[in-house]
Amino acid sequence: MSSSTLTEAAPSSKGSAQALLAVKSVSKKFGDFVANDAIDLSLEAGKIHALLGENGAGKSTLVKMIYGALQPTSGQIIWQGEALCIDNPAAARELGIGMVFQHFSLFEALTVTENISLALPPHLRTSDLEERIASLSQDYGLPLNPQALVVDLSVGERQRIEIVRCLLQEPRLLIMDEPTAVLTPQEAEALFATLNRLTTEGCAVLYISHRLEEVKQLCHDATILRHGKVVAQLDPQLETAATLAQHMVGTSVHEVSRQECEQSGEVALQLSNLKQMADTPFGVHLLDINLQVRSGEIMAIAGVAGNGQGELFSVLSGEVINDVAGAISIQGEACGQMGINARRQLHAAFVPEERNGHGAVADFSLTENILLSRHAVADGQQPLHKGWAGIDRAELASVNQSVAKKYDVRSASIDAEAGSLSGGNLQKFVVGRELERQPKVLVINQPTWGVDAGAAALIRQALIDLSRQGSAILVISQDLDEIFELADRIAVISRGHLSASHFASEMTREDIGLLMSKEETSHPVSSLSEGGA
Amino acid sequence: MSAYEAILLTIITASTPLLLAAIGELVVERSGVLNLGLEGMMVMGAVCGFAMAQVTGSPWLGVLMAMLAGIAMSMLFAFLTQTLVTNQVATGLSITLLGLGLSGLIGSGFVGMPGIKLEYISIPVLSDLPVVGKLVFGQDPLVYISILLVLGVSYMLKRTRMGLIIRAVGQNHDSAHALGYSVIKVRYACIAFGGMTSGLAGAYLSLVYTPQWIENMTAGRGWIALALVVFSTWLPGRLAAGAYLFGGVWILGLYAQGMGVGIPSQLLSSLPYLATILALIVISTNRRLSVINTPASLGQGFVPDR
Repeated sequence: MSSSTLTEAAPSSKGSAQALLAVKSVSKKFGDFVANDAIDLSLEAGKIHALLGENGAGKSTLVKMIYGALQPTSGQIIWQGEALCIDNPAAARELGIGMVFQHFSLFEALTVTENISLALPPHLRTSDLEERIASLSQDYGLPLNPQALVVDLSVGERQRIEIVRCLLQEPRLLIMDEPTAVLTPQEAEALFATLNRLTTEGCAVLYISHRLEEVKQLCHDATILRHGKVVAQLDPQLETAATLAQHMVGTSVHEVSRQECEQSGEVALQLSNLKQMADTPFGVHLLDINLQVRSGEIMAIAGVAGNGQGELFSVLSGEVINDVAGAISIQGEACGQMGINARRQLHAAFVPEERNGHGAVADFSLTENILLSRHAVADGQQPLHKGWAGIDRAELASVNQSVAKKYDVRSASIDAEAGSLSGGNLQKFVVGRELERQPKVLVINQPTWGVDAGAAALIRQALIDLSRQGSAILVISQDLDEIFELADRIAVISRGHLSASHFASEMTREDIGLLMSKEETSHPVSSLSEGGA
Repeated sequence: MSAYEAILLTIITASTPLLLAAIGELVVERSGVLNLGLEGMMVMGAVCGFAMAQVTGSPWLGVLMAMLAGIAMSMLFAFLTQTLVTNQVATGLSITLLGLGLSGLIGSGFVGMPGIKLEYISIPVLSDLPVVGKLVFGQDPLVYISILLVLGVSYMLKRTRMGLIIRAVGQNHDSAHALGYSVIKVRYACIAFGGMTSGLAGAYLSLVYTPQWIENMTAGRGWIALALVVFSTWLPGRLAAGAYLFGGVWILGLYAQGMGVGIPSQLLSSLPYLATILALIVISTNRRLSVINTPASLGQGFVPDR
């Protein structure tokens, strides 16, 4: 009797409990670069442990070592009191370590069952897999149709596939890499319920996130990494989002400042009943989109990834030509059938989501990349070409220098290859290249996706400054924090429909969340409360 | 044998080499590899099969040799494109050129020799049935093998774990690799299968269809087989339908010419191509189905990141 109470009590008493997984002074070097420097981390059964840090702080390196995808240079990983070497992800899964990746490793043309079956060890590939998926997903409030093709599923449903796949293996430790980055607020709540239920069953969770509010809400412990080192281990419940951010960045993050906009500018970008059918079954149809963006304001389009943002950007920028010239007008000029350069000549500028490969050519130098989006537009400055086909290298270099200076683009040399820049610096370059033109209309998709806090603050401030100088800016973003920081008005895109726009000051996250899931009728988010919070 | 039966029989014999070559290429492409060396592997199969049958006197050893020759050529392709990660289009084209040249060299001593024909299988009683007898039960063995291959591949791709892995590798080789499947090994195996069936297709030409060796005797059938694979949207059933349609229109054109129908012969000989393209265009109007079956990483080399 007494012994059983002891064992029950053991996991909850902090100091004496044996950690499920302990990482002891683990380091990882790539050549001279130290990605992880003597990291200590301890995970307990039944607890959700947050791993925080900026991009490049070493979070994913650490997680990959725990999941067996990388081997530590030095140090030990101890699983249930036993030091061992996790050679590969299969060995990690064997131990009971499951991982849900940020970018899912799913096959779009295969069914849910097929996708799960491919990732299971042989002994779990039973003939009744389909029923087990159905019952497990029901049980945990993660509704999934086992026979559906992944192509047809929303991002939230795709994440459920990965989670169900992990659950089928009855994990002891579940690693989640930025799981809510792709979810609506309501879907995120459902996920939290599932995680809480798992921890009550004794599973440990290692939770990587940028979203400090949800870390505060969900996690029992937190470890913060900066430049590959542990800078703090603390209880997130006792901290504020601001203090957590301070630990992550090292200094307090520069606050973005914004004055209210007057709402008196002229309409600079107008969409009237814009329709665009997707040309592949993987795409999203844009249906009857109406929108007006005025000079001097920032309009933000919120939405969960894959609801037509990419398609909307392409049709706005002219990469996809619309059938109706009048569906899009820039500065009063009907331009639905114009190409991208013709639209740039109307003083519009476009920054795509994917900086590497879409916004910039990785193998080209920075000056050459400047030429790529600027060759057809002079905008009152000197043209970048000489005569019929010559390139004015000197002028290009001076534009590049001023972009680098104004937008703090740091590179090994002033004219480095674009691919050699870090994500944040390349994004500053790609944004700066367009802003330097002082465009009258700017369309920007995911302006700070995967960018560290410092670069993000700089880019956001630059966008606000441009709009207050009288430009119309359309920001497409999945990041609600960013949207509330930037936007004067907000509209929400969902399954190719765009909601009416509302003043940002009159909207809450919940309102946006409801609009985000409005068109998604396949699975109601009921029956999820059973997990208990 | 009635004229009607004779026509149907020739249609099947004309279609079978296309079907054999194409079913292998279908598997290769499902795994994400584009092998344009089909013509070269076929013609090597034809010459090696013929030579082996001449030397040993056994057409069956010829068939075996043809398959080995096809596999050998395909392994050269696999080594270049999978291990050395060369461009698949350029490598495939050079395999075709190599095969055409090399087969001329190997076959130079066999030109004009009377060939040894593979025996027909004639199931007693059943093959004497009226109408369907000869057609269904009196074909040469390779016809049955080709049909079994189509059924087998169809079942394998749809219903077995092996097929699932092949489709996964062809869909997204990075994810397949991340899940622990060996992309390169799976592709090697599929390429070898493709080499084997195109060798068989070559053997069909030189040991059944016209039992002799003529230089360049594949006469572009490898390219037609390649086109059939794409137009069939990588589905074995449609592939078989396309192959028989092509053979059918071709043979009917020949008969029409023989009977002196007043259509220019050039038009008649282009009919099978037109008919196949039209039919398959109609079939592939279901874009959703075709995009879903299209191997997304077709033709892309894979370099594991570790």
